[in-house]
Amino acid sequence: MIKNVPLVPEQASSYATQMDPLFWVLVALTVFFAGTVLTLLLFFAIRYRRGKQVDRSNAPDEHQFLEITWTIIPLLLGLGVFVWGAKLFAGAFGPPPANALEIFVVGKQWMWHIQHSNGVRENNELHVPLGRPIALTMISQDVIHDFYVPEFRIHVDVVPGRYTREWFTPIKVGRYRLFCAQYCGTDHSKMTGWVTVMDPADYARWLANGGQEVPTAPKTMAALGADLYVREGCAQCHDPGAPGHGPVLTGLYGSIVTKPSGEKVVADAAYLREQILTPADRVAPKYQQIMPSYKGQLTEEQVLQLIAYIKSLGPQNPASAEPVPISGAKPAVTKVKSARGKSADKGKSQ
Amino acid sequence: MSVQTLEVNTEPAPEPKEERVTYLNVDHSLKSWLLTLDHKRIAILYMVSISLMFVLGGAAAAMIRLELTSPHGVMLSNETYNKMFSAHGIIMVFFFMVPSIPAVLGNFCLPLMIGCRDLAFPRLNLLSWYLFTIGAIVALAAMLSGGVDTGWTFYTPFSSVYSNSNVVTTIIGVFIAGFSSIATGLNFIVTVHKMRAPGLTWFRLPLFVWALYATSVIIVLGTPVVAITLLLVVVERTLHLGIFDPALGGDPVLFQHMFWFYSHPAVYIMILPSMGVMSEVISAFCRKRIFGYKFVAFSSIAIAVFGFLVWGHHMFVSSQSVYAGMVFSVLSFMVAVPSAIKTFNWTATVYKGRVWFTAPMIFALGFMGLFVVGGLTGLYLACLATDVHLHDTYFVIAHFHYIMVGGAIMGYMAGLHFWWPKMTGKLYPENWAKLAAGIIFIGFNLTFFPQFILGWLGNPRRYHIYPEEFQVWHVLSSAGSSILAVGYIIPLFYLLWSLKYGRNAGRNPWGAVGLEWTHVDSPPHPHNFHEVPVVTWEAYAYEPAEVEQERYDRPDVDEEGAMWTAPGSATAGEKS
Repeated sequence: MIKNVPLVPEQASSYATQMDPLFWVLVALTVFFAGTVLTLLLFFAIRYRRGKQVDRSNAPDEHQFLEITWTIIPLLLGLGVFVWGAKLFAGAFGPPPANALEIFVVGKQWMWHIQHSNGVRENNELHVPLGRPIALTMISQDVIHDFYVPEFRIHVDVVPGRYTREWFTPIKVGRYRLFCAQYCGTDHSKMTGWVTVMDPADYARWLANGGQEVPTAPKTMAALGADLYVREGCAQCHDPGAPGHGPVLTGLYGSIVTKPSGEKVVADAAYLREQILTPADRVAPKYQQIMPSYKGQLTEEQVLQLIAYIKSLGPQNPASAEPVPISGAKPAVTKVKSARGKSADKGKSQ
Repeated sequence: MSVQTLEVNTEPAPEPKEERVTYLNVDHSLKSWLLTLDHKRIAILYMVSISLMFVLGGAAAAMIRLELTSPHGVMLSNETYNKMFSAHGIIMVFFFMVPSIPAVLGNFCLPLMIGCRDLAFPRLNLLSWYLFTIGAIVALAAMLSGGVDTGWTFYTPFSSVYSNSNVVTTIIGVFIAGFSSIATGLNFIVTVHKMRAPGLTWFRLPLFVWALYATSVIIVLGTPVVAITLLLVVVERTLHLGIFDPALGGDPVLFQHMFWFYSHPAVYIMILPSMGVMSEVISAFCRKRIFGYKFVAFSSIAIAVFGFLVWGHHMFVSSQSVYAGMVFSVLSFMVAVPSAIKTFNWTATVYKGRVWFTAPMIFALGFMGLFVVGGLTGLYLACLATDVHLHDTYFVIAHFHYIMVGGAIMGYMAGLHFWWPKMTGKLYPENWAKLAAGIIFIGFNLTFFPQFILGWLGNPRRYHIYPEEFQVWHVLSSAGSSILAVGYIIPLFYLLWSLKYGRNAGRNPWGAVGLEWTHVDSPPHPHNFHEVPVVTWEAYAYEPAEVEQERYDRPDVDEEGAMWTAPGSATAGEKS
């Protein structure tokens, strides 16, 4: 419970690392001054409460030196904080570094439109590379909005009729919330999105791919199936020498298997699909039926990937095997995979 | 300091048995109230009006806090939520906070404190209440017949072009109420200049009068600007003249400059009178002249002057120039200094005082606790670098509620309890009042402290759908607000109760100095003073502790435990 109570926002930009020390100095000053004044106040109030016999002689009602002291000290401290703050502000709101990557933002009720210089567009999402200054040129199509990413510690209003600029250098890979922080009407609290900070190489690939996330090396369906085979716990029973009890899958695909009814069938894709989804119906000979059903646990794409993996394990028998429609499904599968990868990422950072 | 033996409490109560003529019983007809020119009755009219507005604004706040217990916005639609926070802000700022202390306590006390029969322009004073009431009715009508969704800040071009709600009607209501402020401010300025009792020089004035004077200067200089600004929004909305909308050749940020030119000083309109009350209450219950009188007095003036030069700190990230931002930032740090001076002086006043823990004093101590936190957190927003993160988040909400609710309303409550015996002639039940003060203090902190953390985590204001991880802080805040509501409801009951059942207060239940206590009956005669007082003493002329020792070291709580009798006060003789 306690560890789920957020106290400090993540530092995801170089500005955040510069600003936070100033913030904590202000916290320290607050604690010191509030603590001193209120402690003295309570101490005096209790010590000099009515009816208590204490020395009240020569109670002062003015003191030039004290007045000047408590005018000058807060003033000097204030000016010190001002100078510190102004310096950081001048850096953050000054011109961005020459190597900054320019990205264009248009705000409108109640959406963020973002364009990268190569023409890739996104809505309510911004992908940026790690470690490189990002300069956003922003304008609104209607009312005033504000582009705010708390982890970057930076706000800038997005104003109709004029360009505003916000720049920052992301220092941490991850997904961060984007808010519209200037009240803009009905769906103001839904005008949110995500900023994704990626490794520069991933970003370059993402950009080159027209804004689609692609894995580092495109995986074959069989490889994807192998991942699933491990992740879904198949290996515990089906690996050779596994502690569980299940048939080893090598060479299964395309072989002739006997059903409980005695009927002999070819272990083709259709057979394997049924075996995975409703194993109780088709117990393999010599094995107890202990395999759970994966119906509803796996998507059809995943089932295809598992079958492709099983197929890759042993020699095929093209004569008896039904053709598995791998080639035709491949582009669709890749696409689905990338979409899933995205949402899985999202889930993680949420 | 000149110590003179002022006859504080020794006057006998005038004719205790026979009913005395007071401003309350001189005429009971409704007409006599609605057409009264008596500043005291107008103060009561104002008190009733603003209490009603406070309840309405509070109801909107309750809806907001209830909605925010869930991160998904399950109770209210987006549109309704936006109308709720707009209603809360508009009602509380324009129809409660701005008139609260000046129009109620100021109206009542100012003539009594400076020894005159009424304000300089009694008819203008009545007119101001009517303007306020008409403005309030118009604005409420707009909010009830569909509502307004612009927030109290009316930012353009949303308000002037895009909003589909009752912007024009609401603005007209605020505009009319603005004239009521101006009328009151003008009245106070003239009254303070021209109607002080003989011998009551500027540096003999109670600090509450200084605070009201500074407030009035801000009102008179600032309110016309916001009135015209809001009128320009109406002009753009209805006639499509390009003033703020860039599509028509206007400048959207211009509105913010003009709006905050008034609305930042408006914060001082709300807090300065409260600071004035603080000086009165702390001095009265420490039995001591306020420490550093001149510094406290001039700090009010300094706040009024500097307050006009810091409006741009609301706009650091609005596309305002970086250099303008720096100027506004440094001035904002400077405006914090006079407030700090006041705080230090109040603390020093308590030193070697004779602290009497009455309810007003408890409220005053609560004010200190909350105002210090509210003031210091203002520095985070005055500082450019941190404002870039905290701007328009819950941190801002927490900060200004610590000032405006924690500070200003605590001050209003302190003043209300302090002068209640003078206004009504009755004592309120002291223990209930102390209980209420405690509940308000705890409820307030529980409501608003979590909002500092929410803001620091980056929760923007005016969001009713928010990230789930923030929910724990929102729930704490909502829980606190229910405690706060209880704290505000209790006084409503016991104050009304005291009107009928409260003990007679007598002329000076606190044994305070100040013309309103020493020379005026409770409740006052319609003409206030039986004869014009001639002031030959300084403000807060309490006798040194050694002299007062004898007179005041008596039990201040009687056998019933709820009431007290100030030694030598009129009630002493009336005890039954």
